[in-house]
Amino acid sequence: MKENLYKYILGIADNSLILGQRMGALTGHGPSLETDIACTNISLDLFGQVRSYYQYAAKIAGDGRTEDDIAMLRKEREYVNVLLVEQPDTDFAYTMARQFLFDVYHFMFLTELQKSKDLTLAAIATKSIKEVSYHKRFSSDWIKRLGDGTELSNQKMQNAIDNLWTYTDELFHQTEADKAMVKDGIGVDVTKLKEGYYKQVIEVLEEATLNIPESKYFQKGGKEGIHTEHMGYLLSDLQYMQRAYPNMEW
Amino acid sequence: MSEEQIKNLEAQFEERIARDEKIEPKDWMPEKYRQTHIRQMSQHAHSEIVGMLPEGNWITRAPSLRRKVALLAKVQDEAGHGLYLYSATETLGVSRDELYEQLHSGKAKYSSIFNYPTVTWADMGAIGWLVDGAAIINQVPLCSTSFGPYARAMVRVCKEESFHQRQGYEIMIKLANGTPEQKAMAQDALNRWWWPSLMMLGPTDAESIHTEQSMKWKLKRKSNDELRQQFIDQTVPQADLIGLTIPDPDLKWNEERQSYDFGDINWDEFWQVVKGHGPCNKERMKARVGAWERGEWVRDAAMAYAEKQQERREKQAV
Repeated sequence: MKENLYKYILGIADNSLILGQRMGALTGHGPSLETDIACTNISLDLFGQVRSYYQYAAKIAGDGRTEDDIAMLRKEREYVNVLLVEQPDTDFAYTMARQFLFDVYHFMFLTELQKSKDLTLAAIATKSIKEVSYHKRFSSDWIKRLGDGTELSNQKMQNAIDNLWTYTDELFHQTEADKAMVKDGIGVDVTKLKEGYYKQVIEVLEEATLNIPESKYFQKGGKEGIHTEHMGYLLSDLQYMQRAYPNMEW
Repeated sequence: MSEEQIKNLEAQFEERIARDEKIEPKDWMPEKYRQTHIRQMSQHAHSEIVGMLPEGNWITRAPSLRRKVALLAKVQDEAGHGLYLYSATETLGVSRDELYEQLHSGKAKYSSIFNYPTVTWADMGAIGWLVDGAAIINQVPLCSTSFGPYARAMVRVCKEESFHQRQGYEIMIKLANGTPEQKAMAQDALNRWWWPSLMMLGPTDAESIHTEQSMKWKLKRKSNDELRQQFIDQTVPQADLIGLTIPDPDLKWNEERQSYDFGDINWDEFWQVVKGHGPCNKERMKARVGAWERGEWVRDAAMAYAEKQQERREKQAV
């Protein structure tokens, strides 16, 4: 099995899985019907991408595992999403800040992944980027609305950005599998995306009249499978049926 | 307007409906017609929105990615139905905020079926199969109702509902053909959702207060009891086909009527839930009101931002 490629795919897909799970949980509880529909839509897009990635990963694993086994039957330490996407929905400002901080990265990442030598990954990237371009516009608009809305919304959005900022640096870390894939012309060199990322993020934050966080202390660990305490609870929901009723078809 | 003029208008109005002409928002209509439509259409919209909750309850726990995506899409469709039903109701001169207020204060009703809990995955199948099945029977006639915006909204709603119904039945087929544990889960869901689904078709004709007027305005084409019979006759063979048992010992094919006879419905339970004392009435309202209240600062911010943008544009124009 192409182990590095397998790991590399999980590194991409797990982000979409966990963020999709978070966004899906909000369905029916949004601040307005329109935003509710939009958040569900983002969740749907992400799960659609997840299925393509895991189906491909399952094929590479070649040991009978299915997309669902990969999505729902790993131990917490085996999920390699970044910490950012597992952060909870403290309020709508956190939801949109988390989305925005991920979307800007996601869009840049997929733009590059389209050039991958691995044609399946390139094709998934090309399909996904249209969706992610919409996600990015949606979340950027909300950063501006809430940042430049009322005093209260500005305060809440500032708070969310300040607290999630610490998880942004991890987006640009590389695992050993990532490095190997970059070398093979399959993976994206995320270290090269960093400067452009912060430039874009800061532009939107400034337009939203928000302060740019100054903290230089960042958290990491997700890419190595060491998660925040929120992750276990998220996985207990995600895995509930597969764990309670093993080896069944649904 | 003199009394006679009004009578004339009313007569013309009733004739238009009799000729199957659509009534549009700007047309003259009797006040009672307007109020009845606001009540029924908003109740329908509220049912879609509250109906998102019991199914939304299983989004994070869906057993496979395929099922999760289908469930998300289904609940999203319900939000969409709510959206265009609220919009259609707004054409009658009432705002969405007012309608929400009526829901949150308990003045407006929504379909009582959503006050039952979804306790297993099989409930996602049972709701699609039975609840959406009963809803379609209620709603198909509305595609040709007299009020244009409602009729047009219903054409789209019914198409999607029929897809949901098949999707729900397909969940049940899979469970019924699965392991003994899965089959038991499906049977248990059918046991719990069967009677509330029959109640969804409304009180018996003798008890139904709106039927006669609704027939005249084509808000109804058949009586509640006729619709219920249609639902039972359609659903029993579907249960047979997948080896599940309808939880009614009195259910029996009646050769003479070419229909199923069925047991007594517990109307005390129906009225208990309608009056707000079902298993989840309080939770559903708490979820709706909670989402609305938690979202207030967000909606205020969006409004404030839009106003600022407008001012900026105006300044630039000067």
